[in-house]
Amino acid sequence: MHLSRRQVLRLTGAAASLPLIGSFHGAASAKDVIKTAAIYTVPVEQQWVSRIHKAALAAKERGDIEYTFSEKVANTDYERVMREYCEAGHQLIVGEAFAVEDAARAVAKDYPDRAFLIGSSFKPDAAANPNFAVFDNYIQDASYLTGMIAGAMTQKGNIGMVGGYPIPEVNRLMHAFMAGVKETKPDAKFQVAFIGSWFDPPKAKETAFAQIDAGADLLYAERFGVSDAAKERKVLAIGNVIDTQADYPDTVVASALWHFEPTLDAAIKAISEKAFKADDYGQYSFMKAGGCSLSPLGTFEGKVPADVAAKVKAREGEIKSGAFTVTIDDSEPKSS
Amino acid sequence: MDALDILFSASLWAAAIRIASPLIFATLGELISERAGVLNLGIEGIMTVGAFAGWFTVYQGGDLWLGVVAAALAGSAFGLLHAMLVVPLGLSQHVTGIGITLFAASLTYYTYRLAFPEVTSPPKIEPFAPWPVPVLSDIPFLGEALFRQTPLTYLAFIAAGLVGWFLYRTPAGLAVRTAGENPAAVEAQGIDVTRVRIMAVVAGSALMGIGGAFLTLSAFNSFYFEMVNGRGWIAIALVVFGSWRPGKALLGALLFAAFDAYQLRLQQLAGIFVPYQIFLMLPYALSILALILMSRRASYPRALMIPYRKGER
Repeated sequence: MHLSRRQVLRLTGAAASLPLIGSFHGAASAKDVIKTAAIYTVPVEQQWVSRIHKAALAAKERGDIEYTFSEKVANTDYERVMREYCEAGHQLIVGEAFAVEDAARAVAKDYPDRAFLIGSSFKPDAAANPNFAVFDNYIQDASYLTGMIAGAMTQKGNIGMVGGYPIPEVNRLMHAFMAGVKETKPDAKFQVAFIGSWFDPPKAKETAFAQIDAGADLLYAERFGVSDAAKERKVLAIGNVIDTQADYPDTVVASALWHFEPTLDAAIKAISEKAFKADDYGQYSFMKAGGCSLSPLGTFEGKVPADVAAKVKAREGEIKSGAFTVTIDDSEPKSS
Repeated sequence: MDALDILFSASLWAAAIRIASPLIFATLGELISERAGVLNLGIEGIMTVGAFAGWFTVYQGGDLWLGVVAAALAGSAFGLLHAMLVVPLGLSQHVTGIGITLFAASLTYYTYRLAFPEVTSPPKIEPFAPWPVPVLSDIPFLGEALFRQTPLTYLAFIAAGLVGWFLYRTPAGLAVRTAGENPAAVEAQGIDVTRVRIMAVVAGSALMGIGGAFLTLSAFNSFYFEMVNGRGWIAIALVVFGSWRPGKALLGALLFAAFDAYQLRLQQLAGIFVPYQIFLMLPYALSILALILMSRRASYPRALMIPYRKGER
């Protein structure tokens, strides 16, 4: 096909104007669909991140957000990925800044018109970063309830707890769990160990074996691998963040579940109303906000003593009504 | 139970042997490679590949032993890549090895994500179950500690024996050892140094692959990113600790694992007074101490990390 110079010019002009049409269309629909990018330092299989991923996929399904994510981003690379998504025009950045607080907040400063919803152990700073909101898995309410059940299920009153690192989000759940145990079993003893890794199931399993050898008959499974040890040695386990009972029907009694949906939905609502602020979204993980729940007892229905089940139910009601508050304790838990 | 009781409990030693098993495979693999004169820092990545390949084969419906074979093959493939770069081409063994580790691990994660784009909790397989050796497992203490392990653990000990026999009792083993001491002497025998070295690296990498697969087929039942978690680097230190001898390396792996199993138990006992980081550090700190004592008399292969070029004087 032969093209004259004029035809070529006309075609090029038409082609060049296409993006303009596209952007016009985009502007019209951007009101509803929020371009969202999530940046995770671990694979989406990891318990904590899997809850965020799940909520984001649900929001995408509803048509509230456009969702893209990067997983297993090294902390040293985190800032670059954040900037890249900001440059690409994403309006909402979801992430975790536990090890990159300064860098993440610096990025937020450079992109004042974007919303940042970031997992953090610290509080938001509205003066310095009006667009940097924080969240975390404040599911101590549910952890407390699992503790009450654990206290009723342990025969020897010796409970093993294996954690990754003693950081606030791990500690506060352990403390809430221990407080719950003490309500139903005041003389319970705890063995607390940390494996110094988020992802070493064989090591978590060995640590759990060590605790069982030392007399534990119920394990608090903060890491993958612990429930496997419990299953092999036929002791009980309490799950954390995700519900693992389907994989361990005779082992996992109950789990404290985290639901990220209220947190994300609140942020989406704030953005669409142009009211996104440097708020502390941690409260959306509380039980009364629907951010956490006690998993159904499932296979252990009827095996948990009825009076304890009733007590748990009553506590749940009190937590939701505000009559009972679970203490938030971020200090490192110790063996007793 | 106090600290001394723990030391004499069979469960401690059973745990030590479990923890040691992947280290034994990996250490033997590195040892063969280094005895032939090639440092293989690709070990961490090769173990990751093995862990994934073995697990994935079983997940796809393969037999557990087929998974072990797959892990060995996948490991040796990356071993071959390392060998081709550093033996005939004579590239820096340090740089190439690190490159292999980064490449192999990243490729594994990429493959994993392609195969499982939508999972929230990694799928599980049915791993090797402990297989008590008839009669022997009834021996008090020793039986419980040593003879109620999974088949892969027994294979680790058998492999240590085989590697020792191969290196010191066969002509091929002599060629491997000489290739790491004085390659010109191998050449003088009419044996191709390049071929000996490549084969040693490939065979060693197969063992590393099995070491990785131990984590997903025996110690645990699913694959996680970064689950090798530095075990490859420990194996490199263990080779030095064992002064390049299979028997001593086996002892070193057991010693390290025993420290690790011991600290896990001490942590329960004394965790109230001592920060947990001290316990986690313990096996490494004690290994460094042991390394200092042992390596004073260690003699490393003289031609280690020196590329051999035919006819060069």
